[in-house]
Amino acid sequence: MPDHPPAGPANPTRREFLVTTGSTAAATVIAACVPAQASSIAEQSTPADNATNIEGAVPITLRINGKEHRLRIDPRTTLLDCLRETVSLTGTKKGCDHGQCGACTVHVNGRRAVSCLSLALMHDGEDITTIEGLGSPDALHPMQAAFVACDGYQCGYCTSGQIMSAVALLKEPCGPDDAAVKELMSGNICRCGAYPNIVAAIQQVRKNA
Amino acid sequence: MHTFEFIRPADPDAAIATASQAKTAQQGADVRFIGGGTTLIDLMKLNVETPARVLDINRLPFDKIEATSDGGLKIGATVRNSDLAHHPTVQRDYAVLSQAILNGASAQLRNMATTAGNLLQRTRCMYFRDTAMPCNKREPGTGCPAITGANRMLAILGTSDHCVATNPSDMCIAMAALEATIHIQGTKGPRAIRFGDFHLLPGSTPHRETVLEPGDLVTHVTLPPPIPGSKQVYLKLRDRASYEFALASAAVVITIAGGNVTKARIALGGVGTKPWRSPEAEAALVGKPADAANFRKAAEAALRNAKPQTENGFKIELAKRCLTHALQTAVNA
Repeated sequence: MPDHPPAGPANPTRREFLVTTGSTAAATVIAACVPAQASSIAEQSTPADNATNIEGAVPITLRINGKEHRLRIDPRTTLLDCLRETVSLTGTKKGCDHGQCGACTVHVNGRRAVSCLSLALMHDGEDITTIEGLGSPDALHPMQAAFVACDGYQCGYCTSGQIMSAVALLKEPCGPDDAAVKELMSGNICRCGAYPNIVAAIQQVRKNA
Repeated sequence: MHTFEFIRPADPDAAIATASQAKTAQQGADVRFIGGGTTLIDLMKLNVETPARVLDINRLPFDKIEATSDGGLKIGATVRNSDLAHHPTVQRDYAVLSQAILNGASAQLRNMATTAGNLLQRTRCMYFRDTAMPCNKREPGTGCPAITGANRMLAILGTSDHCVATNPSDMCIAMAALEATIHIQGTKGPRAIRFGDFHLLPGSTPHRETVLEPGDLVTHVTLPPPIPGSKQVYLKLRDRASYEFALASAAVVITIAGGNVTKARIALGGVGTKPWRSPEAEAALVGKPADAANFRKAAEAALRNAKPQTENGFKIELAKRCLTHALQTAVNA
């Protein structure tokens, strides 16, 4: 692979490639496995009128990253699955799906929570912030910038959860030393073991605050 | 996850009326209240819990921490664990409760988990959580593979031939030592249950974990007025430094005058099938000099009836040292 691939449609980024092929593959698999009405969900790109044909779907309004979303969802839908599959905000990651790894951490009304152990319906009318709402590639949140500067990741899968936790931590009671940060970040597992750099990134932001 | 109807009751009476239609309020309940969801949704994903109706009580008026007229504290059922742990009155007068909560779970889970939900936290026994395995707690009469299987994390106090599952809560251990009272609103009106009477020993009915009946809604917990001059410590020992369940823990509330212990409230976690208050340890301490020898005697008394499982004999000595160290830390505080 060249060091500097030319940009453009002929050279999709890894993310564009995965999104394109992933949605095609998902549509194929879903069409094969579930009742016909559900396959329309994957093909629809507009989330606002999603899932109108799902049996037993109920209405819900979520304010996600400052934008109101009126959705219809199966009551079983977790907040995590709602964000990823219904609203197509895939920055929030599914790790263990049982509240043990922290990859799915988002902010609910400004406080961090694991979105896998919450039903979306429990948050009707509430404010949800995901990694997509923190900053943009052109204007990173200071915590995102610190993770880049301190190399606070390796594979990156846990990173959005780590950053969401870290940003929430800034507003929580937390002692000044590294040990206090480690304790309050213990709900976010990093199997690459980037912990020292994650702590460094958080401490850098706290010192500059 | 099985399908269910999601209902947001307009008021406590509506919640109780719907819940009272359940066949049981214990394992396998067909109607469940949901607070934080950190236990219930986890178990619903595993098909260990399969309620047909889920009642969201998060918007009922149970989210306050208030002083009581007798100088104690009233904690609403849906108060989040993090809010309880950081409340100034709790940190000042009931430090053992704050310490216990902050030693449990993660910051995210503490933001979600509620007071009443933590009271009803379910065991982490892997056989209970795996529907492919027998489990007397999940499916009465199917047997207990833990007794001859993977039981390193399980209980050594209060066990039976039918179940050796540990109560995993940290908050409950502190509440046991603080002599909390649990307040319930049910179809027959309100009632108050002493903390020690709320959880049940497994005996031959491990699927019955509490005194709750269909329609019973925990509305709040009260703490008695703080004991003046009491020293309070929660010490938790576990396989890693944070975000792990206890192998052994101790909640200690003691007062000392003239070098002697005048009052002692002691509870143990990680070792019991329910939050384990130890009147034996308390009796061994009261009136005695607050020294290392008597702390060890109290620990011996607390674990006298302990019964090790095949893989967790180490917990007996671990729990003794945990309690001894917690007492010493309290005295030095």
